[in-house]
This record gives sequence, C-alpha cells and structure tokens, in this order.
Amino acid sequence: MEAEKVIEVENLVKSFGTREILSGISFNVHRGENVVILGKSGTGKSVTIKCIAGLLKQDEGSLKVFGEDVNELDEDALKALRCRLGFLFQSAALYDSMTVRENLAFPLKRVLKIKDKAEIESRCIEVLRSVGLEDAIDKMPADLSGGMRKRMGLARTLIVKPEIILYDEPTTGLDTITSKEISSLVLEMQEQYDATSVIITHDIPCAKITADRVLILHEGKCLAEGTYKELENSDNEFIRSFFK
Amino acid sequence: MPNQIFTAGLHNMADQVYFFKSFFRNIFKKGFEWEELFRQTYLIGYKSTGIITLTGFILGIVLTLQSQPTMKEFGAESYIPRMVSVSVIREIGPVIIALICAGKVASGIGAELSSMNVTEQIEAMEVSGANPVQFLVVTRILACIVMIPLLTIFADAMALVGGFTATILSGDITAKLYFTNALTILDYSDLLPALFKTILFGFAIGFVGCFKGFTSNNGTASVGLAANSAVVTASVWIIIIDAIVVQVTNSILYS
Repeated sequence: MEAEKVIEVENLVKSFGTREILSGISFNVHRGENVVILGKSGTGKSVTIKCIAGLLKQDEGSLKVFGEDVNELDEDALKALRCRLGFLFQSAALYDSMTVRENLAFPLKRVLKIKDKAEIESRCIEVLRSVGLEDAIDKMPADLSGGMRKRMGLARTLIVKPEIILYDEPTTGLDTITSKEISSLVLEMQEQYDATSVIITHDIPCAKITADRVLILHEGKCLAEGTYKELENSDNEFIRSFFK
Repeated sequence: MPNQIFTAGLHNMADQVYFFKSFFRNIFKKGFEWEELFRQTYLIGYKSTGIITLTGFILGIVLTLQSQPTMKEFGAESYIPRMVSVSVIREIGPVIIALICAGKVASGIGAELSSMNVTEQIEAMEVSGANPVQFLVVTRILACIVMIPLLTIFADAMALVGGFTATILSGDITAKLYFTNALTILDYSDLLPALFKTILFGFAIGFVGCFKGFTSNNGTASVGLAANSAVVTASVWIIIIDAIVVQVTNSILYS
C-alpha cells in the first residue's frame, strides 16, 4: 500500500515582480520519505519550501500539507500546521541574542507550551546530545563554528519532534568532512524521529546519502524525478551533469 | 518620476498603517510575551541611564551658566532655578532625551530587527510557531512607551541637580532653597503635557525602529540603512509631535 501523501504540490506558480520563479511545478511527498530537490541557483528550490511552510504565498496552483490547503488557512490554523513542521534554514537562523539553551527553549515554550523548567532542561540536553553538542548549552550562537551552528539549527528543529522537516541547503558553506557528518546526521535524525524530509541542496554527496527520491528543478519546472541511481544514469545529458 | 515618488510614498504610508494595525491587534492577543517585555524595558531603560544622567546633568549646568550673566544684569538671579525647571521640564528635557533615545534606541532596534530579517531569524520564529510581531514588535514598542517617560523624568531631575551644581559654584544658595524655588513654580499644566508628549515620543521611537527593521530588504546593506533611517525618521517624528502637542495643549490649557 502506498504511504500517505503529506505534501501535495500541483502546478505551483510564483513570481517576484515580473520575474517568474516557479512556472507550474508538481510533486508529492509521502510519509517517511526523504525527497531531495536539486537544481541550479535561482531555479526556485528555496521558494518552493518557503511556500510549503507558508512563509510565501503562491500565485497559482495548489499546495496541500497534511491534506490542508496552506493558502486557505487562517493565522491560527497556519500556526497549528507549523507546529508539525520543522525548517532548517540555510544560515541556521539561530537567535543571536539568546544562548543555545534559550534557542532550544524558545519553540518548546511556544509550540509545545512546556512551562516546567526541569522538563525544558532535560529536553534541551537530550536533543543536544543527539547532535553531539551537549557541551555548548551555555554558549552564544556567535561562539559556534559553521558546522556547530548547523547542528544546533537541526537540534532546534528536532526538539519539537516535527512530522515533516524542510532543509534549506543543510551543508552549504561547510567543508567536505563536516558536510558528510551533517548529511549522515540528517539521515540518522530522520530515522530516529521518523520524520518526512524535503532537502534542498547543491551538494551531490549529501543527496546521495540522504535521498530516497530526487527531483530536479530547472527554469521553474520539475525536469526529472526518480531515485538517485536512476537520475545518475539518465539518458539526458543535462540531468547526468548534476551528478558529475 | 514625481508620480513614482508619490506612489512609493503612498505605499510606505499604507505599510505603516498595516504595521500599526498588526502591532495594535497583537497587544491583546493570547500569549503576551511578558518576559521579553521586561527584558526590553531593562535594555531600553536601564542601559540608557548612563547617557541620560550625563545629558540631563550637563543640560542643567549649561542652562544655568548661559542664563546667569543676563539674569544678573537684571538682578533676577533668584529666578534661575525656576527658569531652569520650567524650561527643562516643559520642553528641553523631553525633546533632548527623545532625540538621544532616537539615536540610541531606535537605531538599535532598527539594526537588530533588520539583521534578524537578513539572517532569516524572523522567518525562523514564524515557522517555530511563535508570533514575531508579538515577540519582537509589541514588546519593544511598549517598552519604549513605558521607559522613555521614566528616562525623561530622571533626566529632568538630573538637570535640576546640574543647575544646582552650577549655581553653588558661583553663588551662595542652599539645596533646600534652590529646589523649593525650582519646584514650587511647577503646576499640572507644566507636567501633564510634558508627560503626554514623552509617551508619544516613546511610541514614535519604538514604532519607527521596529517598522524600519522589520520591513527592511534582505542584504547586509539594509541593516545600516534601517538603523540610519530609523534615527532620521524618529527624530523628524519627535519634532512634529512636539509642535502638535504644544499647539493642542496650549489651546486646551490657556484658552
């Protein structure tokens, strides 16, 4: 039996001014699946996942998450939907004015409405241990290295145990070894937390490690879809060029 | 070209009205961020006391020293405490302190929120299920509305201390006589308009800083622009609010 569709995107169109970024892309993501979206810069990969998270509104087309049309949701319903989503930003987007502990406590207090300090502390330590950062709990984001920031961003995303995690270039700006570590961590966390993942990346080793299925975006359209192996051995020279 | 400027101006005004609506709506929404409000009152209020103390104290000294020769010429030296207290409390204190806070607080808020915008922290808050307007904007504007009047009252007191210091350096006067002279001249028509004005100044400083930071474009250059624009716009607002409040309160109190 086919797994439940948790994200359904149909003919998504999005423009900024006169520039059309997405020209009608369609794809589905099933529960428990890891979908990697590849594409050149400016093809609308980040725009796609920002539309999924309700941070941007599409101009045309339909976008359903857990069967609910994201554009039709009111403020409270969108907030409730976002409680089931996690988003790892390209820059990790850690709150500069807060310590690592406060960064982690922020979604716990607001999404899960946990007030008990001991419970917040134990959850922070648990998630930091799972990303290998338990010693950084009292540090400020400015004191963390690039790889640590990504791990910390991942920890903040995972702490509320989201059902879907959207990754915006999780390995950008990292060295090869750290990139591999982060990619393995993404996969490990997906297994541990049983989440569905959509991963935007340029990093082919990251795609190879994490993808159950790969989508290639080109000029605002979905050019190809398949497993990593299928696309790597595609007849189309342009598609193969992504994997070289 | 003039059409484009006019349209851009109208858009900006519409954005400000929408931003104000969003701020106002979020004050009364469930989940008010009390902890962040207290943190902001500490940052905006307590962290500004140094510069406010110094400014108020020097303001009192300068006003006294500037007026002393002329007052002496007319044998009206005993009126100096009254002159200092009325001019500082009614006009100079609120405006100078508001302008200093526009430079310190509005620019700080503008730069902070703008850099949060650039580094996607505001979007991260949104997807974390938090309400960024409630957490970042409401708390900062309310903290300014509370703290700018308190800072002004403190600066006014420091100006009187500065005036007293300048007076005792050049003459023989007791603290009791100086402060009795300075304070008995004041009545509610001096204090209430000044207090009302500082509340509006506080709102202007917080609102402009938040609006400029929150609506800045992406890109690091926008951080500097937001900070700069926050100071300039807040300063203009302060002068305009001052002119309007003086007109309105004069027509109410002295008509």
